[in-house]
Amino acid sequence: MGHDMTDAVLAEGLVKTFGETRALDGLDLAVPEGTVVGLLGPNGAGKTTAVRVFSTLLRPDGGRAEVLGIDVVKHPQQVRRSIGLTGQFAAIDDYLTGRENLILFGRLYHLGAKAAEQRADELLERFDLVEPAGRMAKTYSGGMRRRLDIAASLVARPQVMFLDEPTTGLDPRGRLGMWGVIEDLVREGTTMLLTTQYLDEADRLADSIAVIDHGRVIARGTSDELKAQVGGARLELIVGSDECVGRATEIMRKVGDGTEPTVDGRDISVPVSAGASVLIDVVREVDAARVTIADLALRRPTLDDVFMRLTGHAAEDSKPDPDDEPASREKASQR
Amino acid sequence: MTAVAQAPRPTAGPRLVADSWMMAWRLLKATPRQPELFMFSTVQTIMFVLLFRYVFGGAIDTGGVAYVQFLMPGIFVQTLAFNGAVTGIGMADDMAKGIVDRFRSMPISPVAMFVGRAISDLVRATFMLIMMIGVGMLTGFRFHGSAVHIIAGLALILLFSFAFSWIGIWIGLIVKTVEAAQSGGFIWLFPLTFASAAFVPVQRMPGWLQAFAKYNPITLIVDALRGWFDDGVRETLHIHATVNGLQSLAWIVGILVVFVPLCVSRFRRLSR
Repeated sequence: MGHDMTDAVLAEGLVKTFGETRALDGLDLAVPEGTVVGLLGPNGAGKTTAVRVFSTLLRPDGGRAEVLGIDVVKHPQQVRRSIGLTGQFAAIDDYLTGRENLILFGRLYHLGAKAAEQRADELLERFDLVEPAGRMAKTYSGGMRRRLDIAASLVARPQVMFLDEPTTGLDPRGRLGMWGVIEDLVREGTTMLLTTQYLDEADRLADSIAVIDHGRVIARGTSDELKAQVGGARLELIVGSDECVGRATEIMRKVGDGTEPTVDGRDISVPVSAGASVLIDVVREVDAARVTIADLALRRPTLDDVFMRLTGHAAEDSKPDPDDEPASREKASQR
Repeated sequence: MTAVAQAPRPTAGPRLVADSWMMAWRLLKATPRQPELFMFSTVQTIMFVLLFRYVFGGAIDTGGVAYVQFLMPGIFVQTLAFNGAVTGIGMADDMAKGIVDRFRSMPISPVAMFVGRAISDLVRATFMLIMMIGVGMLTGFRFHGSAVHIIAGLALILLFSFAFSWIGIWIGLIVKTVEAAQSGGFIWLFPLTFASAAFVPVQRMPGWLQAFAKYNPITLIVDALRGWFDDGVRETLHIHATVNGLQSLAWIVGILVVFVPLCVSRFRRLSR
């Protein structure tokens, strides 16, 4: 490969409008080669639109998008040779068997007949689909369909994967299974752009996270960095009796970062800058002062806190209108 | 980054053929697995033959030829016109399910999806034609023409079905839902097939309707088939089969010239 770049996926000032709606409003994004970037945002934030631009399904109205250094607008066919796409709904043929689906896609990627069959069998094995391989895909469970869909997007061993909300609509078991599948891909060093509205999913699967709202990235970093933006950890102590509150507050003031502790009944909390070692200190002091403890915890901020802080609204609170644009017809008919 | 093993890339021509064939393969594999669709078209065809042959047959004056000889070419054409249009439902379904998105994200020729669909329709049309000829024979239909004429007629009707597939594909691309493809995809076919010479002689229709029916491509092709399939019918009804055949061919070419580019441009617009 001729390019010496490190960003496998790159967007600069990407704009896409649908009528009045600016689905992408100057999106800047980079996915370094060999890493997983989680694009995190609520419904309608522009995640799907971004993925559809990168995977050559949509032409942007402005800005630039590249995959492996190739412009997606100027050379879509070249981009298509190197990418795998798994959308929100399994893009497979219901009336073909799992194995036939994979062979079909293999042949369409111009693997020979033999090679396509071999690849299909490999993928069926890997995604635990050997047993239902001979059944029509329409008989598959939601989790099986997603696995087949991911397998289909891996047929040609793409260098870059786009996963658009891979676990939306799955039951908890299907979701865990899917996470396992994605984690395996991550371990192999697949470059991946993963969109999700689940904070824990981004936390678990992505090397770094870009938070998107109203078509632009409003924060980026590792999940730890994002959490740090909201502030460090908070120490929370619940004492066993009312007469302990005074002494306990004194101790909390000492171990805290200088901020006055918050007292709410028997519940005293204070931001701390030190790590877990603060727990040892507080336990010693509390024990020495004969304060009884009902609960003691060092709480780290969640990505939910981050989202709330950045967007002013909770991630799950936004209107459940279908993400973006034309794809909405897919949603309507699948439900 | 190491070079990733990639399949050799055939040049555009052979690739279009190979891609189209895989697209057709996919649809042909699926056809027998949707028995309800298959049964519907089969039962409907047989029902039409029987109803027209025995219910209307006695009441329709066909100018001295046996009604079954008059009727069967009409049934062939009507059934295959519907067969072409039915593909719009499948097309709309593919669009709705997102498999079209997968195809579009792959390095394949954009027309392969349509060509493959039209080819699979053609295979199905051939099968249905054989079945209709069988049912026709059982109810008294016979070929009384030269082998060349019969073959020309069969080829013409399959070409016609192929052309109608592209209309169906286009409808499937423009409608928003599968349900719309199911209703809107067919409604235009009823006036087109009934206001033609398919089931009754055009001469019996009111003047204004005759004007439409005479130049209706269905009339042209049905008359060509009548003339070619049965020399006696041709002479009795004074059919200029070759002229009608060429006129039908012009219609077929015209439909393809209009609808193939329409489908391709509609497909390109999906990325807007």
